Amino acid sequence: MIRPTLITNAKLIDPAKNKVEDGAILFADTILDVGKFSGAPEGAEVIDAQGAHLAPGLIDMRVVIGEPGAEHKETFKSAGRAAAAGGVTTMVMMPNTMPVIDDQSLVDFVLRRGVDRSGGVRILPAAALTQHLDGALMTEIGLMAEAGAVMFTNGDKPVVDSRVLRRALSYASAFGALVAHRPEDPYLAEGGVMHEGELAARLGLPGIPAAAEAIMAERDLALAELTGGRILLDMLSAAQSLPALKRAKERGVSAFASVNVHHLVLNENDVDGYRSFAKLAPPLRSEDDRVALVQAVSDGLIDVIVSGHDPQPAEEKRLPFEEAAFGAVGLETLLAGALTLHHKGDVALNTLIRAMTLRPAELLKLPQGRLAKGAPADVIVVDLGAPFRLDSDKLKSKSKNSPFDEKLLQGAVKRTFIAGKQVFGA
Amino acid sequence: MAQRPTGVKKTEARSTPVRIRSKHLLAIADLNRFEAENLIDRAEAFEPLLEQKVKKLDTLRGRTLINLFFENSTRTQSSFELAGKRMGADVVNMSVKSSSVAKGETLIDTAATLNAMRPDLLVVRHGSSGAAALLARKVDCAVINAGDGKHEHPTQALLDAFTIRRRLGGIEGLNIAICGDVLHSRVARSNVALLNMLGASVRLVGPPTLMPAGAERWGAQVFHDMRKGIKDADVVMMLRVQRERMTGGFFPSAREFFWFYGLDEDKLRAAKPGALVMHPGPMNRGVEIDSTVADNPVISLIETQVRMGVALRMAVLEALAESGANEEAR
Repeated sequence: MIRPTLITNAKLIDPAKNKVEDGAILFADTILDVGKFSGAPEGAEVIDAQGAHLAPGLIDMRVVIGEPGAEHKETFKSAGRAAAAGGVTTMVMMPNTMPVIDDQSLVDFVLRRGVDRSGGVRILPAAALTQHLDGALMTEIGLMAEAGAVMFTNGDKPVVDSRVLRRALSYASAFGALVAHRPEDPYLAEGGVMHEGELAARLGLPGIPAAAEAIMAERDLALAELTGGRILLDMLSAAQSLPALKRAKERGVSAFASVNVHHLVLNENDVDGYRSFAKLAPPLRSEDDRVALVQAVSDGLIDVIVSGHDPQPAEEKRLPFEEAAFGAVGLETLLAGALTLHHKGDVALNTLIRAMTLRPAELLKLPQGRLAKGAPADVIVVDLGAPFRLDSDKLKSKSKNSPFDEKLLQGAVKRTFIAGKQVFGA
Repeated sequence: MAQRPTGVKKTEARSTPVRIRSKHLLAIADLNRFEAENLIDRAEAFEPLLEQKVKKLDTLRGRTLINLFFENSTRTQSSFELAGKRMGADVVNMSVKSSSVAKGETLIDTAATLNAMRPDLLVVRHGSSGAAALLARKVDCAVINAGDGKHEHPTQALLDAFTIRRRLGGIEGLNIAICGDVLHSRVARSNVALLNMLGASVRLVGPPTLMPAGAERWGAQVFHDMRKGIKDADVVMMLRVQRERMTGGFFPSAREFFWFYGLDEDKLRAAKPGALVMHPGPMNRGVEIDSTVADNPVISLIETQVRMGVALRMAVLEALAESGANEEAR
């Protein structure tokens, strides 16, 4: 067992509770004790948090890493550094690599190589739902789940053929596997580069209507109900998608949803001036959509907040808006971005943290994400109020494409521990 | 071996033809328990004949049996043909390539043609569910369903029950797991119905994509985990993965299917020690069954099933020829 660490004088944010409590935490590779207690065991390293907040390390359910195949965008190493600095202790890595993660040997590769290079940050593979992500034939879901894939997804390419998704959901249910699907009707979305509305019209840019998402979200939920499969609607962006989700949850369907942190903080107006760094998939939508998404997080209707980390080098972003790549990095701004909602008083602190720790852990059936005895000692110390202006050049990620560049944010990670070992200290 | 419940009918041979109420045998529901058990008893009487040098009876002499097969079949067709010939009937085999025969009206035309030939027994296999029932309404003779689409294959279920009873002495109280491609299997549908009727406890095992909607309401427990599904089973009945009936991917690959749902020695350890293994054939080795299991003469009943098939079908042909004759007499 490694040398124990005692962090005292902390404000504990336990995502299983609804309040913040003063206290201390003692951990080695797992959490040994939490709460109010005095006296450190012999040999323990004692850290005075000086009243800073302490929470479980974040679990980011949607991270694109360029390795293997696009190492110029991001590697396990650079993603690991960025994650540790952002308080993300577990990353779920998307399968849209080259080659696509659609085989158990690649699942094994990510599990072994990832943590070897990431500086300790846990990297868990989400495997492809269909072979080569082409939406035609399901992958070896059972074998890859046994190999350690925590989730199955087609990434940004929706499964258009409803029968294929039906069978994949149905088949995956035998293994209790979680299927993440980003709903977007490709025919309605084709050619679109931003939210369809008045602003897009004025900018002369082709839009993606909110209905493109809502239509497919409804279908996906109906298929989840039909099959009994577990579905995560990946990165909802439109208010129009939410009533169907609510109905499905009320009927007891195993349906869950995530939202990209950028969609909780920014809206279509951030695109104005053809700012391609705010070109995201799904697109940033109207202020009404943003407000509805925030409310859904607050209510727990949306389960999970993700960074949607999608590194793109400058040469693919600094282009005319229509030609620029979609996507934004987010590992280092997930926490500060989400905390915006806490500072504005829109979402309770514990609810926010829960959506980035306990809920992902529950959906993925992971032991971390909890401030509880016996849980892995993945914890972060955070100065909630610390103000800063984001300088994206200083990001540790290999790619710097953040729409938060030059924006004022609050909340800085002071220390990050994974399995009891400090992997980041500011 | 499994403990036999008391009051179970022991294996016994029946010396007289069976009478059944139904004119046709289209589905297991055409039989009651008494009739089904009598048919098996009668098959028991015919079985020793098959070991004799001269295997022929003259019970059906002068009667005509037409084998009408719209789907390719080796074992079922030859089994009916042999059964008919051993009973002394004149057997005519008609193989109709299903591709050249459209459904509906054309099938009815075929029925009219055949009816004009005045057969006594018509054995039908067809790729469409309900085709045998449609023919039965259009001809005067007795119709035996030898497999219609994904619906039923009653004589297969009867011969399976006969095989199990032969080996274990009874059916009542047994745990029988039917595993694999239940969705496309007419054998599974007939077997669930018959084994339930005979008092067995039936489980269905397979991936959710190969399990029909509402299968849990057939009177069988449904499992998606094979080791749980065959736990303590007395008999594990494997089904053929019917690739020819599949469109699109019901499961990702043969190797994944075999890993989770293929019967090998390792998974079989979850069943009762000495559990018996059956398969209606033809087998996809390395997909739903491992050769070490299929070829193990101690536990595999697969060849026995084929032998029992002829005797059982003799009993069925005799019974239906009788019921047809009774009708004429009336």
